[in-house]
Amino acid sequence: RSHPEIYPLVLTVKTQEIFHCRAEDDVTDEQPYKLINKETFFEDFKNRGAISDFYPVKKIIQEYPGDELLLVYDKDFKYGLNFYLIGTEEGKENYLNPPEVPEEQEEQKEHISEEVYVYKPLVSKPWVSLGSEKEIEEESVKESTKQIKYMISRKRSKFGAPIKFSDQNASNVKDAYIECTSYPDKNFTLKQLEKDVGMQVVPQIKDTSTQTKWTYPKNATTQYYPREFSEEEKEAFKQSKPLADFLDNMSVSVEIALQQNEITNTFIDDWKCLAEEEGTFGDKTDTYLKEYQSFTDLHSPTEKMITCVSWHPTIFGLIAVSVAERLSFEERVQFSGKLLLQPSLILFWSFSDPIHPQLMLESPDDIFCFQFCPSDPNIIAGGCINGQVILWDITAHADRIENIKSGGSRSKKATLKPMFILEPESNKEAMYIRHCAVSSIENGHKKVITDIHWLSDTFEVNRMGSVFENRNGICCQLITCSADCTICFWDIRPQKISTPQPTEKKKEESIEIPFDVPSTFLHLDLSWKPLSKVRLSKGETSLDHCPTKVSLNEEHLLYKTQDKALAQSKAAKAGEMNPYQNLEGGIGDHLKPIDDFCTKFFVGTEEGELIYTDWKMERDPETGRLMTKKPVSLYTVHDGAVHTVQRSPFYNDIILTVGGWNVAIWKENVTIGPLLQSCCAPKRYTSGHWSLTRPGVFYIGREDGFVDIWDLLEKTHEPALSQNICITVITYIKPWTLSSKQQFIAIADYYGTLHILEIPWTLSHPSTNEISSVNHYFEREVKHLEYVEQRKSIREQEKKEMELEKEKKKVKTYQKSKEQIEAEMKIDYDSYLELEKTVLMNLGLDKVIEKMGVMTV
Amino acid sequence: MAEVEETLKRLQTQKGVQGIILVNTEGIPIKSTMNNPTTTQHANLMHNFVLKARSTVHEIDPQNDLTFLQIHSKKNEIIVAPDKDYFLIAIQNPTK
Repeated sequence: RSHPEIYPLVLTVKTQEIFHCRAEDDVTDEQPYKLINKETFFEDFKNRGAISDFYPVKKIIQEYPGDELLLVYDKDFKYGLNFYLIGTEEGKENYLNPPEVPEEQEEQKEHISEEVYVYKPLVSKPWVSLGSEKEIEEESVKESTKQIKYMISRKRSKFGAPIKFSDQNASNVKDAYIECTSYPDKNFTLKQLEKDVGMQVVPQIKDTSTQTKWTYPKNATTQYYPREFSEEEKEAFKQSKPLADFLDNMSVSVEIALQQNEITNTFIDDWKCLAEEEGTFGDKTDTYLKEYQSFTDLHSPTEKMITCVSWHPTIFGLIAVSVAERLSFEERVQFSGKLLLQPSLILFWSFSDPIHPQLMLESPDDIFCFQFCPSDPNIIAGGCINGQVILWDITAHADRIENIKSGGSRSKKATLKPMFILEPESNKEAMYIRHCAVSSIENGHKKVITDIHWLSDTFEVNRMGSVFENRNGICCQLITCSADCTICFWDIRPQKISTPQPTEKKKEESIEIPFDVPSTFLHLDLSWKPLSKVRLSKGETSLDHCPTKVSLNEEHLLYKTQDKALAQSKAAKAGEMNPYQNLEGGIGDHLKPIDDFCTKFFVGTEEGELIYTDWKMERDPETGRLMTKKPVSLYTVHDGAVHTVQRSPFYNDIILTVGGWNVAIWKENVTIGPLLQSCCAPKRYTSGHWSLTRPGVFYIGREDGFVDIWDLLEKTHEPALSQNICITVITYIKPWTLSSKQQFIAIADYYGTLHILEIPWTLSHPSTNEISSVNHYFEREVKHLEYVEQRKSIREQEKKEMELEKEKKKVKTYQKSKEQIEAEMKIDYDSYLELEKTVLMNLGLDKVIEKMGVMTV
Repeated sequence: MAEVEETLKRLQTQKGVQGIILVNTEGIPIKSTMNNPTTTQHANLMHNFVLKARSTVHEIDPQNDLTFLQIHSKKNEIIVAPDKDYFLIAIQNPTK
C-alpha cells in the first residue's frame, strides 16, 4: 500500500445514514470527504457492537490523536472499496492540502539542450605500471646462447667451376660415413597395450552349385495282357507251309534230345552217389546202444516199478519217471493201509546226479501215466491208479531245475546238488512238490487211467465232441482213457457252471491247501469234471472195450498268420508271462467250429484189439441222449493187451501197435488190415516206440530185458538188432534227441531202474531219401494189401464159379446114359493110342510100333 | 494240317514230357499242350533267352549260329529248338 494510513472500508446504506455520508447525497464529487467526530464512532460501537462497519478499524480510531477523522468516498474504488478512512493526521493534511511536485521536472529538460562543447587537448600523464610488462617480457624471444661465427674461405677459381659428381660406395671408403644405426631403445619402445579393433561376425558362406535331374514327362507303356493269337490266327498258322517245314526240321533234333535224357542223366556226380549208397547198408561195427547212465531211487522203502517215462521237453538232461508199487491187485488190497502212508511220486532225474532225484512230485496214489504240457513244460498232468487226474505246477521250482547242466560247474549247482554233507532228510523234504489239482473222484474215471494226452493247442473240443478253433494258443484240454472202458475229455479252464452247488463248495473250502502250492488250478481241485465221456461199448453185450492207449490225429490246422499271431499275442497279454496263471473262463461258444476235422482216433484195448472210432457224440434218435458213435473199424491182431499205439513222427497216418507177442503197422483209412504184421516173437513184447529220426526204425522192449531194434529198410520179418539191457521186463521205452549228434533212449524196467543209453550214429542218422524209401515201402504194402483184397474177391468169384460148375457137372452125370459113357470111354482110349503113337514116333521107335503091332482091346 | 498235329503228338508222347509249345518270332504262342498261363510265361521267357543266346553266339563268331538250346535244371529240362520264323519249346521231367 502506498499510503499506509488509508484504510478502505465498506459502508452499508444504514451506516451511511447514521454518519450522514450517504453516497451522492452527502458526499459528492466536489466534496468527497467528511470529517467525522470520534464520539460518533464510539456511539456507533456502543449501539451496534461487532456489526458496525467501522469495527475493523476500531483500534485505529481509538488511537487517533485528533478529534475528527476523515472519511472519503471512493467513487472509483481506488483503494478497492467504496469508502476509505484516513488514519493519521498527517494523511489528513496531505489529502486536504496536496503538495506541489510535478512542476520541477519540466524545468530540468529545458536546461540541457542549450550547452555548447569546447575542445580541450589531451595532456599526458605519467604511466602507471599495472604489471603488464612482465607478460611482454615473457613472450619476447631472446637468444639464450651466444651465436658462433665461422668463416670459411676457398680459392676464388674454384667458385663456379663445373663439378663432376660420381658414385661411391659408402662402405668402401673408410670413415666416409658415420652411421647412426638404429637400435631399439627400450626407453622408447612402446608396447601397445590396447588396440581398438573392429570385428564383424560373418557367417561362413560357401557357394556351391548342383544340377538336378530334370524330370520330364515320358511316355511309358505297360502291358497287362500277354499278346495272344486268336483262334482263327492259330488255325491259319497250322495251315501254313513254313510251320510244317520248320517242324519237320526241328522235331528230329528235339526228339533226340528228349530221348537222350531218358537214357542217361549226364549230370550225375557218381562219386557222391557212391558214398551215399554205402550208408544204407549200415555199419555193423557200431550199432549197439551204449550204456550212458542209469537211475534208481535208492531211498524208496518198497519195491517200485517204473510205469511211465518222459523227457523234459526243453531242459537238456532232465527226465521224469513215474514209479508205482510193484504189487499185484491182491497184494495191493492187503497192504492198502501201508500204501497210504507212502507217497507216490514222479521223480525228476538229471544227468548230473544219478543218486538223488532233483524234484519229486507227490500224488495221492500211484501214477500210471503222465505227460508234460507241450505249451508249458511246468505243467504236468498225470493219471492215477484210482482214476483221478492230477495236475502239477512246478513254475515255482523251475529255476531250480533249469540250471542243471551235465558236466558244467556253476555257482548255483552247489545248492542244487544235494551233497552228502547235508542231511538227506531235510534235503528230501525240500524237494517234495504237492500236486496242484486233482479231479473229482465221483465224476471221473473209476479205474486206473492207462493213458493221458494233452490235446494239441490248435483246436479244442466241446461237450458234443465237435471241434473248435483254440484261440488261446495254449494246450488246455486233456484226453484220458481208463480201464473202466471210457475215454474222457478234460478241460483245465474254469467251467462256467450254470447251477452252482454251494453246499459242496463249502465242504471243499474247509480243506486247507498248503501255502507253497501254486493256485493255478485251484478252481479245478477236487471238483474237476470231465468235459465229455466216450464209452467204448461192444454193442449188446455188457462187456465194453477196455482201452489201454489212445492215439489222436495230430492235425495242425493251417492258421492264417494273422490269426495265429492274434492268438499268441492274446495269450501273452492275458497272462503275465505264463498264460496258465490266468486261464480265461470257460469254453466260449463263439469260437469257430471246424467242420472237416478228423475226429477219429485209434484205441488199443486190453484184449489186443485196435479200434478206430469217433469221439463225436450223436443224438440217439430213440432216447434223445448223447451217444457215442459205433467204432468205424475193429481189428484183432494182437494176442495180448495192446500197450503201444503210436503215430510215426514222420508220417501222420502210420501207426505202430505193439501188444502180446507181435507188432503191427497200420495206415489210417486203409481198412483192409495192417500193412505189416510181424509173426509171433519168442518173448512177449512189453513196450515200443518209433525212432525219432529214422522213419523206418522202431524199438521194442521185451519181457526178458532185451530191446529189439527193427529197421524196415533192412528186414521186415524180424528185428535188425537185439540187445540185452537189463534182467527184467522192460516197461517203457522213450528215445530223445538232445542234439544233432547225440540221441538217447530211456529204457525203464520192472525193478524201478531207468537206463539211459546212447543211440549210435547209424541208428539215429537217417540215410538220404530214407523218408521217401519208407514211404514207398508203405505204399507198396498198401498196394499189396489192395491187391490181396482184389485177389480175394477174384478168388471168391472164382470159387463161386467153380462151385457152380461143380453143381452143373453133378447134374450132368446123372443124365448120362450107359452108351454115352462107353462112347466117351472109347473116344478117350483112341485119343490115348494116338498119343502113344506120336510119342513113340518122336522118340524114334516107330518101327518098333509097326512090328509090335497094337494090342487092341 | 494233320502233319503238324501228328508231329506234336509224337513229341508229346515221349517219356517225361510235360509240355510242348510252338512260338512265333515275337514270342507269341501258336500252339501249346499246357494251360494258358504257363504257356505264355514260358513263351515269353524263352523268347528273351533265345534272342540273347543267339546274339551271344553271333558276337563271338559272326559266322556261327544258334542251333539248339537245352536248359538243364534240378527239376526239369527245357529244350528249345530255334529257327528264323518260329521256335519249339519242350519241357521234360527227366527220370532218375
